[in-house]
Amino acid sequence: MEANDNPVMTGAQALIASLEHAGVEVIFGVPGGAILPVYDPLYDSKIRHILVRHEQGAGHAAEGYAQTSGKVGVCMATSGPGATNLVTAIADAFLDSVPIVAITGQVASTSIGTDAFQEADIRGITFPITKHNFLVTRAEDIPTAVKEAFHIASTGRPGPVLVDVTKDAMLGTAPFVWPKQIELPGYKPTTHPHVRQIKEAAKVIEDADRPVLYIGGGVIKAKAAAELAELVEATGIPVVQTLMAQGAFPSSHPLNLGMPGMHGTVAAVGALQRADLLIAIGTRFDDRVTGKLASFAPNAKVIHADVDPAEIGKNRFVDVPIVGDAKPVLADLAKAVSPEKMRDLSGWIHYLEGLKSRYPVGWEADTQGKLSPQQVIKRLGEIVGPDAIYITGVGQHQMWATHFLPHERAGRWASSGGAGTMGFCVPACMGAKVANPDSVVWGIDGDGCFQMTNQEITTCSLNDIPIKIAIMNNNVLGMVRQWQTLFYDQRYSATNLFTDRLPDFPKLAEAMGAHAIRVTKPEEIDAAINEAMSINDRPVVIEFQVMKDAMVWPMVAAGTSNDEIKIARDLAPQWNEEEWV
Amino acid sequence: MKSHTLSVLVSNRPGVLARVASLFSRRGFNIESLTVGPTLDPDISRMTVVVQVESALALEQIVKQLAKLIEVFKIIELDSSSVDREMMLIKVHAPEQHRSAIIDVVRLFRAHAVDVGSDSMTVEVTGSVDKLRALVELLLPYGIIETATSGHVALIRGARSITDKKRPALVKRS
Repeated sequence: MEANDNPVMTGAQALIASLEHAGVEVIFGVPGGAILPVYDPLYDSKIRHILVRHEQGAGHAAEGYAQTSGKVGVCMATSGPGATNLVTAIADAFLDSVPIVAITGQVASTSIGTDAFQEADIRGITFPITKHNFLVTRAEDIPTAVKEAFHIASTGRPGPVLVDVTKDAMLGTAPFVWPKQIELPGYKPTTHPHVRQIKEAAKVIEDADRPVLYIGGGVIKAKAAAELAELVEATGIPVVQTLMAQGAFPSSHPLNLGMPGMHGTVAAVGALQRADLLIAIGTRFDDRVTGKLASFAPNAKVIHADVDPAEIGKNRFVDVPIVGDAKPVLADLAKAVSPEKMRDLSGWIHYLEGLKSRYPVGWEADTQGKLSPQQVIKRLGEIVGPDAIYITGVGQHQMWATHFLPHERAGRWASSGGAGTMGFCVPACMGAKVANPDSVVWGIDGDGCFQMTNQEITTCSLNDIPIKIAIMNNNVLGMVRQWQTLFYDQRYSATNLFTDRLPDFPKLAEAMGAHAIRVTKPEEIDAAINEAMSINDRPVVIEFQVMKDAMVWPMVAAGTSNDEIKIARDLAPQWNEEEWV
Repeated sequence: MKSHTLSVLVSNRPGVLARVASLFSRRGFNIESLTVGPTLDPDISRMTVVVQVESALALEQIVKQLAKLIEVFKIIELDSSSVDREMMLIKVHAPEQHRSAIIDVVRLFRAHAVDVGSDSMTVEVTGSVDKLRALVELLLPYGIIETATSGHVALIRGARSITDKKRPALVKRS
């Protein structure tokens, strides 16, 4: 088409038209001076805009939307403080490889560098926390930048992309051309694994006596749960899955050993430490998984498949590197491995089953007249079931939610893994509910986390986004307090939030338009959860008053070896290694 | 610590240098020298980066992280056989009684006097780091007023080039 055949638009109109072409259905954002021109055509667009109460909420909502839909989440903010308020969410998306596109307004290109009102170099600020970012200063460059941004965010290893658009680019005019193709000579992710590497990996798998599949969030991102199940069924190899991978393989499956790492199960940690082969798929040997790296899985050969070649060999030497997307990698491995050539794994599996049955993740009974948080979360999972979407904040409740909720399906779970962003839960629930209006969305949050972003409950009430939030109110910053208990001589410096006094969570929730319930006794737990399930016309917030001394076990202390895992204070598991011989 | 020279083709757009510098800073990579200039293709710039690393694994990580930048097109490592040069301008104290002696030294190094004043001389010298260091040593006794150094520029020896298909890039895939 000739340029003349294309309608002349302002840059602002072109931006909205581009977002429509990119398939955007919803934007979470807050307007302001520099982005204001874009909000005018947005007023007429079919794109739904959700006016959040803080830009951080917009960013996490975009993440929740992306992680539970597989689509790119979009957030929007004005220049300066609007843009910098997005930074935490962008960093979170970067560490958890969540595909979001952040659109920010920028002062006019002629004012850049003058310290103009609400000027911040958001492109420079987000260099280290985006997969890529753009500064667009001309109206005619907007469609290409938007198309490239969505392509980069959603392909290869997904991640956040920021598009910073100057006010003069929004106000300028140009014929609108949605590019048919984009040219990114420096960006060609390898998604299909090399045949030779797959063959080599298959051979190593067939020769292994104690193999373990170490599954990461890449399997969720690649929508490869079916391929993973196929490989496990064909080979009988046990699975550990990271925080980010919950749901990739059903938590109820006998071969699922649970989460590895600092708060992993004895079976998962024990399996990795004793394995002679790790088949690591879409995972990055994070320090929270490996513990002290030098003593991590000391006897294991490593097959490492990842779509990002930079992850391979970054932390751990790899015997068989495979660059590729988890879906084709798992599918090809399932085809390449001959189960009849495999070693007999029954002794190994029997040993791990022993660990799993001897050391289930347990909890303390309620004391101090308060609820047991583990019991609340387990009960919630049992009543609500595996079809709901579960999202957490960060801390103790997050670990318990990982262990005790039913993670049976991919894409029904979101949590802040790499960044550990307190405040993730409420806005991420909002995004997930917008993406999945027919699903029940439950947030498991802490009293500390909730107070960081709870204002988005108001957004949910006003925009018909009926999320459900269960606050585990233990009055303290529980995970930090746990470390103070264990490593700082019970000196509880700055971890008491005094949430037994303020705020009054039910009143706060009601003030924001939610239905609120307070639970203080074990016999009220079920009724409260059922009551929450029966309300679908507004958000529901339940405050569970739980005991502050509950601790997350098992635990591998930071910087120590996984072999030092404790199932309670000063209590190590019995490994009984003779059982597999 | 060992030095390695990387030759990197990047998009000739504003902000690319900042992006590369930000990556080195964030990942804790040590840059010894970084130069950037245009190539014959106006859309492409060439960076010559000298990095210091502890191990081959660390170098591999630098190359892989660089390769992930969308605006980086190609990376090769130049080995010790490559042509590797730095340029230095040296302003030396040069009163009349020392001027001819200084000029003798400068000639010996195939350097040039590019600015001469009544009391000073600015010398332009090109070569390996060792050569520049040697010249500085010889001029020190006269009193060096200030110096400016360009950083490394380097090319593969012989007819091959960075865009040569036969020479695969370190990690950028086809």
